[in-house]
Amino acid sequence: MTSLYEEISPDPPDNVPVRRVTMTVNGEKRAADVEPRLLLAHLLRYGFMLTGTHTGCDTSNCGACTVLFDGKAIKSCTMLAVQADGHDVETVEGLATASELHPIQEGFKHEHGLQCGFCTPGMMLAAKALLDENDDPTEDEVRWAMSGNLCRCTGYQNIVKSVLWAAEKLRAEGRS
Amino acid sequence: MYPSRFRYEAPRSLDQAIDLLRTGGGEAKVLAGGQSLVPLLKLRFAAPELLVDINNIPGLDYHRVDPDGTIRIGALCRHADLERSTVLSSGQPTMAAAAPLIADPIVRNRGTLVGSLCHADPQGDWASVMTALGGHVVAQGADGRRSIPVAQFVTGPFQNVLAIDEIAVEAVVPAPKGTVAGGYLKLERRVGDFATAGVAVAIETSGELITRAGIGLTGVGGATIDAVDAAKALVGRPLSAESIGQAADLAAQAARPRTDHRGSAEYKRHIVHTFVVRILSRITESAERAA
Ligand SMILES: Cc1cc2nc3c(=O)[nH]c(=O)nc-3n(C[C@H](O)[C@H](O)[C@H](O)COP(=O)(O)OP(=O)(O)OC[C@H]3O[C@@H](n4cnc5c(N)ncnc54)[C@H](O)[C@@H]3O)c2cc1C
Ligand code: FES
Ligand code: FES
Repeated sequence: MTSLYEEISPDPPDNVPVRRVTMTVNGEKRAADVEPRLLLAHLLRYGFMLTGTHTGCDTSNCGACTVLFDGKAIKSCTMLAVQADGHDVETVEGLATASELHPIQEGFKHEHGLQCGFCTPGMMLAAKALLDENDDPTEDEVRWAMSGNLCRCTGYQNIVKSVLWAAEKLRAEGRS
Repeated sequence: MYPSRFRYEAPRSLDQAIDLLRTGGGEAKVLAGGQSLVPLLKLRFAAPELLVDINNIPGLDYHRVDPDGTIRIGALCRHADLERSTVLSSGQPTMAAAAPLIADPIVRNRGTLVGSLCHADPQGDWASVMTALGGHVVAQGADGRRSIPVAQFVTGPFQNVLAIDEIAVEAVVPAPKGTVAGGYLKLERRVGDFATAGVAVAIETSGELITRAGIGLTGVGGATIDAVDAAKALVGRPLSAESIGQAADLAAQAARPRTDHRGSAEYKRHIVHTFVVRILSRITESAERAA
């Protein structure tokens, strides 16, 4: 698969070599030929068709594009796809299994952690990075960990409750 | 938004990276955490011909304290590493206070202290912290290494003294000679915002007397401000309400704020004054509590 910005920019990349990158996305090995300037968010969305990763602001501020990169939350609009070569990427599509929602997703459902849902994928991955490290966060710790993710709808209260709900469920299941 | 075209190399050694920068002849740029550079590429404020990604170079992600007390921060040490550092929380209060105030938690997972110094944004928090601490940057080029005091490293907004084939490999805080104290305070409109105004204070004491002081100001001038006179007012005497007041007055005078969407010049100057008083008063209070 080749991923270029050719659809949006017609001139051919004459002297700019396309690079083959391989990465693990949600546990699966994926390969793509990318031009170096391709952003990771765009490879995920337009190359791999994983459109759960949203781009909200495009200016590195909102966190809607948050994915896990080797387990750490990063803004995928602020990383080049070539930089993910050889790394592990997790997107919102990797949370649920075919039959079951992830406890974080359940939490957002149960506690009404979303309204329009635009910020939700990024919120969930920021929450996952937190809960992977700390399975019993305080409300303050949740707010702190999620402070790089903006939401225009909810006022955050229910997002925080959703994450705390998920933490409790993960602890009860002994999954954390 | 997406960047204009560039070539990309991800060398595995500093020597290769330096070589690539040399052949790039000024049209090449180092990519570290990317948290300032990638946004600039997307806005096309930066359009380098070649990007030299240093993230695959091993051995640059450290921060450590040498036996003599010198602190060294490698070029790939992220803001988040410093935020979680027990080394800093136990021994370097100015840096420990600043680390959690840089950007937001997600940006902190990628951005680096050294990259922040190189970026030389007048709004960058680390530059004032390192200025207050009398730190320096170690640059490596084809001819070897040199050490540049942070106060001389930055030559203007978004400008530093690095030669086209030099990489900043580490930032260094010299070993303290006395007992260290200090802090960093930053006023931001919301989490993740750049400073409306920020103040870094670092002092060393021997007995009652202050033996060294540094004060750096963020976001209140065209570059990071080294408030030399304010710091001098503290040295050679014990910390007192009088010396604190003098230092705060001189720091506020050294500030060159401009009125913008974050606040009026007068307001920012007032904040600088308040923050100097607050940081130094807290030091006095905790010394009194300890006694
Ligand atoms: C939403 C957001 C909020 C932010 N808020 C703040 C804030 O509140 N306070 C703050 O201080 N910063 C803030 N930043 C900036 C952030 O701290 C960056 O991480 C930092 O300014 C640059 O570090 P970097 O490693 O990301 O460098 P990069 O973006 O990779 O590089 C920045 C510049 O420095 C050069 N460079 C980097 N490393 C080296 C090196 N080792 N040798 C030579 N040149 C080098 C690059 O060529 C480039 O010109 C924010 C960024 C974002 C996206
Ligand atoms: S789209 Fe990446 S931070 Fe907003
Ligand atoms: S639910 Fe709409 S932006 Fe968060």
